[in-house]
Amino acid sequence: MDARILTTEGLQALLDILHSRGYRVLGPVVRDGAIGFGPVRAVAELPAGWGDEQDAGHYRLHRRDDALLFGYAASVQSAKPLFFPAQEVLWRVRHEDDGMHPVAAEPAEEDGPVAVLGVRSCDLAAIGIQDVVLAGRQYADAAYALRRADTFVVAVTCSHPGGTCFCASTGTGPRPGAGPGPAAAYDLAMTEVLDELGHRFVVEVASERGDAVLADLDPIAGAAVAGPDDLAAADGVAARAAEHMGRRLDTDGLKDLLYASAESPVWDDVATRCLACTNCTQVCPTCFCTDVRDVTDLTGGLVERERVWDSCFNAEYSYIHGGSVRASTRARYRQWLTHKLGSWEDQFGMSGCVGCGRCITWCPAAIDLTAEVAALRHDQGGHDGGRRDAP
Amino acid sequence: MSAATVAPARPAYPMLPRRFQVLSTHHDNHDTLTVQLEPCDGERLEFAAGQFTMLQVFGVGEVPISISGDPRGTGPLQHTIRDVGSVSHALATAAPGQVLGVRGPYGTGWDVVDGKGGDVVLVAGGIGLAPLRPALLEICVERADYERVALLYGARTPSDVLFADDLRSWAEEHRITVEIIVDRGEAGWTGRIGLVTQLIGKVAFGADRRLALVCGPEVMMRHSAVALVARGVDPSRVRLSMERNMKCGIGLCGHCQLRELFLCQDGPVLPFDRLEPLMSRAEL
Amino acid sequence: MTRLTIEQYLPHHPFFDGLDEEALALLARCATLVHFRAGTYLFAEGEPADAFFVLRTGRVALETRLGTGRQVLDTADADDVVGWSWLVPPYRWTFDARAVTETSAVAFDGACLRERCEADPALGYALLSRVVRVMSTRLHSARVRLLDLYGDRS
Repeated sequence: MDARILTTEGLQALLDILHSRGYRVLGPVVRDGAIGFGPVRAVAELPAGWGDEQDAGHYRLHRRDDALLFGYAASVQSAKPLFFPAQEVLWRVRHEDDGMHPVAAEPAEEDGPVAVLGVRSCDLAAIGIQDVVLAGRQYADAAYALRRADTFVVAVTCSHPGGTCFCASTGTGPRPGAGPGPAAAYDLAMTEVLDELGHRFVVEVASERGDAVLADLDPIAGAAVAGPDDLAAADGVAARAAEHMGRRLDTDGLKDLLYASAESPVWDDVATRCLACTNCTQVCPTCFCTDVRDVTDLTGGLVERERVWDSCFNAEYSYIHGGSVRASTRARYRQWLTHKLGSWEDQFGMSGCVGCGRCITWCPAAIDLTAEVAALRHDQGGHDGGRRDAP
Repeated sequence: MSAATVAPARPAYPMLPRRFQVLSTHHDNHDTLTVQLEPCDGERLEFAAGQFTMLQVFGVGEVPISISGDPRGTGPLQHTIRDVGSVSHALATAAPGQVLGVRGPYGTGWDVVDGKGGDVVLVAGGIGLAPLRPALLEICVERADYERVALLYGARTPSDVLFADDLRSWAEEHRITVEIIVDRGEAGWTGRIGLVTQLIGKVAFGADRRLALVCGPEVMMRHSAVALVARGVDPSRVRLSMERNMKCGIGLCGHCQLRELFLCQDGPVLPFDRLEPLMSRAEL
Repeated sequence: MTRLTIEQYLPHHPFFDGLDEEALALLARCATLVHFRAGTYLFAEGEPADAFFVLRTGRVALETRLGTGRQVLDTADADDVVGWSWLVPPYRWTFDARAVTETSAVAFDGACLRERCEADPALGYALLSRVVRVMSTRLHSARVRLLDLYGDRS
């Protein structure tokens, strides 16, 4: 399937066709001073001319001097909640003569299947990772798999990565579909080009569903086959973006480094800053830990079990036998980072980090995991004699 | 390792429990009881010795409990529970006829058949005897395939000793050396007093094909494993049953992780050579 | 049984493992064979601690008198060693020791042993290291039991 060119009118036609096919279309929108996913009907609702300034513990929107629709780096939240909601009823009890019968809750139909526009390469790689974690092992999250199958994904290449971005280090961007891990299925991938030849989108087709939508679009607003100049322009956008990463993560031997660093004083140092607020795990596109809650009413008539997001930073997360295994913030931060960048690889065959930088941006203590990794490397083998930390 | 591990019958919607009815509850000691369950749909739950289920009291909660019954028997599903929390208390006070939820079985088993042709030592601490009971029952069925079999069992006091009838039967009818040692004695107790690790130094076993199965509080397992290795048992042949917080039992909630291990899937039974570096660090 | 038989017995006992013939012979000269009927006491708290027992058969309970009744603190079985108060001034027993079952043991005279150790420091060190090993095991066991691992925990 050849790459195509869409104009902004073509983009509007894309939205219209998706709506007419029954999709609830979500895309990036400016709200409350940030860019997040919301319902989108018109191109005018997209964040044209908006850019974002991201750094450790810092996020601001600013006006760009161009009309780029996707001239920002990463939205506040990834696409994760679309497939893996923060709260979900697993089953409800139905009362019958012979007692209570748990009945599986149907995944909420809401307003039909979802089409999401503007999934960054990092977030797409994260979806690919979650496809393995949640749907690719012995036991699967059935609702996740259903939502994934039904969702129409339009990925967008990053043109202006932010101050906390490092997808080039993790091999997960800036182009969608990049990366060594399993590629998440998507339908279309767009690169926005704004140059002397005009404002257009170079669209790669990655599914039959995507191809069918473009076939419908062609007679309405044109979806011409992309020429070599357009392809070169798209390549240029991606190449320039790769050179403008805000951060760098040295991934060489990272798992072994983390495994060997269990006693490093770096953890004590982070612990003086980390609030265990769980912001990082909430915005991380690959974090998947959950808890379960049993909900009842006073009569005992309603009994349901729901699954909610959890975080390894919570004190009760590791509770057994009257205490928590990881009682200290030190132990919990160590767990999170060692898992994300280390043991994840042993468990699932790839790194858990996609370089989106959200954990850095949204940390109120401005903790930067790329800096913590650098500190661990520096500390490696740098112990003086004797144990400094408790075994 | 887990050739004998059994997968549950209905993987399609793994968070939905099966309905089991309480047949009876037997009090083993002041805070421990054994619950017998029967499947409401009549389909027996097949399991391997060492596996656990997620036991649920509707509206109260769900906890992982090792199965303490006979893996080859045809009787009810049996779990031995300590009444120490809100869910275990609800399980302990469940009335006959009450419907509970069961998911599983999950996890790796003891694979005690790996000990055939050699000596087997089982070291139990407190309620740790319950997850080992299925392995002992399995040995009894094929006793001739094993050489010397010894159970070293540490309990808090003589009144806390579990499964007294089984202990007697194993010693008298199945040529299993049963050594009981209690933390503190009681009036009339003429048995051993001390720590179960003290028994490890004395138990007789040969040079080849030794297998050791250890279950109890983590401190006790750690010291027992070290003592067994000091007696010459290969660390890869010392198996521990590890415990962590579990919310799903199926590798999705993340809670039971011990570094790269999901204890609900890679465990709970794991060899000491794999565990030792992970157990020697605090708060891992 | 004669002293000669004690000398034959000691080399096979794990406590004396590694001591040469000469050392064992010296120690054997401080030893006698003793028997206790079930229920009788090897020693009582407060009495002069003039012995050290190597159990051959049976079981000994280390006990103390509570305000009300008695509490057994520890037991020792065949091949275990009982008593080290002969090494610690003022050389008095800190607990009672009762034979739970019929028990036979090799009893070493405390004063005799102290004399031998002072005369031969190398022998003294060898004996002391072995006693320390026993005490270490007992202390470890006591400490871990204090954790009450099998006890009430929420």
